[in-house]
Amino acid sequence: MLKDIFYKKRRYATVRTGQAQDRGEEKAEVKEVPEGLMIKCDKCGTIAYAKELEKNLKVCQGCGYHFPMTAFERIAMLLDEGYFFEYDSELLSTDPLNFPDYLSKLKKDMETSGLSEAVVTGEGTIKGYPVVIAVMDPRFRMGSMGSVVGEKITRAAEQALEKRYPFILFSASGGARMQEGVLSLMQMAKTSAALARLNEAGVLYISVMTNPTTGGVSASFASLGDYNFAEPGALIGFAGRRIIEQTIRQELPEDFQTAEFLLKKGQLDKVIPRQELRHTLAKILDMHTVRRGS
Amino acid sequence: MAGELSFEKPLLELNRKIEELRRFTEEKDIDFTDEIVKLEARAKALAQEIYGNLTPWQRVQLARHPERPTTLDFINALFTDFIELHGDRLYGDDAAIVAGIAKFNEQPVTVIGHQKGKDTKENIARNFGMPHPEGYRKALRLMQQADKFNRPIICFINTPGAYPGKAAEERGQSEAIARNLREMASFGVPIICIVTGEGGSGGALALGIGNRLLMLENAFYSVISPEGAAALLWKDASQAQRAAESLKITAQDLFELGVVDEIVPEPIGGAHRNFAETVTGLRSVLLKHLDALKTMSREELVVDRYHKYKAIGRYAAFTESV
Repeated sequence: MLKDIFYKKRRYATVRTGQAQDRGEEKAEVKEVPEGLMIKCDKCGTIAYAKELEKNLKVCQGCGYHFPMTAFERIAMLLDEGYFFEYDSELLSTDPLNFPDYLSKLKKDMETSGLSEAVVTGEGTIKGYPVVIAVMDPRFRMGSMGSVVGEKITRAAEQALEKRYPFILFSASGGARMQEGVLSLMQMAKTSAALARLNEAGVLYISVMTNPTTGGVSASFASLGDYNFAEPGALIGFAGRRIIEQTIRQELPEDFQTAEFLLKKGQLDKVIPRQELRHTLAKILDMHTVRRGS
Repeated sequence: MAGELSFEKPLLELNRKIEELRRFTEEKDIDFTDEIVKLEARAKALAQEIYGNLTPWQRVQLARHPERPTTLDFINALFTDFIELHGDRLYGDDAAIVAGIAKFNEQPVTVIGHQKGKDTKENIARNFGMPHPEGYRKALRLMQQADKFNRPIICFINTPGAYPGKAAEERGQSEAIARNLREMASFGVPIICIVTGEGGSGGALALGIGNRLLMLENAFYSVISPEGAAALLWKDASQAQRAAESLKITAQDLFELGVVDEIVPEPIGGAHRNFAETVTGLRSVLLKHLDALKTMSREELVVDRYHKYKAIGRYAAFTESV
């Protein structure tokens, strides 16, 4: 089987942090005014220079709205510069069910995002602490989890177990990927089983939920952290808002399924603004006394 | 008649006609024996034609059939000394999941399953077999107990899905499901899961991490309901039939995808048409797998389960030219 062949192959391509821009990953859902010089906030309308916004980690200075981030932007923001080794970037989705239009949709998302799939995994350091990291990218099939996403996350967890590095996972996903049917559903099982091994072995796993973390991703690895964190304003939930409203026949509160709502309901450890994320993660890594250097 | 599916109608009408002729033969003393024999042959051929080539959508209808055997039906037929146990010790007792201890072939086991109702009233009480977090947490509590006392766990899966409600979200539906997935992966006892009817996505999977996954012939298991997929894909829930085909949700599909280990045959017309026969078939398959798993150590069982799920998925790897 292919996976047996590639399992042992570790790919160490050094990706220079801050490389995201070179990949044409600027677009996201940001509304761009002339040539991307100015960007208007989706929430409050504050207009900022793109460069300024970039410097502010894509958080609106007017209202604190967290703009979506690409996987590589996030990696650049979190990891020490120059330290990122990507895993398994050669894994590609196939069309196991012959599902209508799936391949063309994959192709389109590859072109627009410059990514091979909806998650980027690898290892690097945060303030010198080595970590295995997985970052989902909502621009690729809404960050949905099919076989490749499940496999990459599982392999990343296995690397973390083998090296005894903490595992940090940033979720951004609409859930399991419909076009791979029950195989997508089973990735919930596979990733959770890999995390069970970390759990048994006492290896730290931190889950950071970003906008959105819903469905099968919310109901598997995203909820299994030793620490479950979220970014402000992130939509997090199992069932979709419209489905719930149809089921219970009443309107839901405005803040339903936001990070802040879940924090109040006892479902999260902490909501962490993006500017504090790297620092807070480093503090936690320190408390877990991970040895320095790699 | 209630519970008649449209694709079965020609056969059921033919059967009624045969009945009628029989009655005539007895009551009116007119001999229709020849006709009856002829019609019976036709009925047999027709049954073969209808049930021998069920479409995915027809199987969905059978899996959701109001007379489809429920988890409690299976528990009562397969096990002895069943004692139902209640509550998650945190919030409440969810009637959409039943759980307890019982004996299977003289061996103590823990049994857990989604429970649908037989009629509207019971379905309302059972929330149509759609659990809240407390249901999954009850299941987890009793699985932990099984692990502690070295009892095999047998799970019956039959749910439209985890309940999509406000309270369910507030109490951590996602977390409850996720935790079950992780914990079920860790238990050192044999776990056998059987999809008996509807395998509704994450709400089904939360009782579904086993060393063996079995499926009744007409059950289905899907990442999203055919109606939900149709609404997403074609903005039209009435295209569910088409979605059922695209999603590859039948027992045969799952077997071919390497997800299901064995398909348990159903009697012609579905499990509800001959429950005794269904149970006999299921019992022997269960026994076989349980016997095989009983020879494994606690560690081996965990590793076996890990490998089962690790192997599921299809992907390619492009090789880079240097």
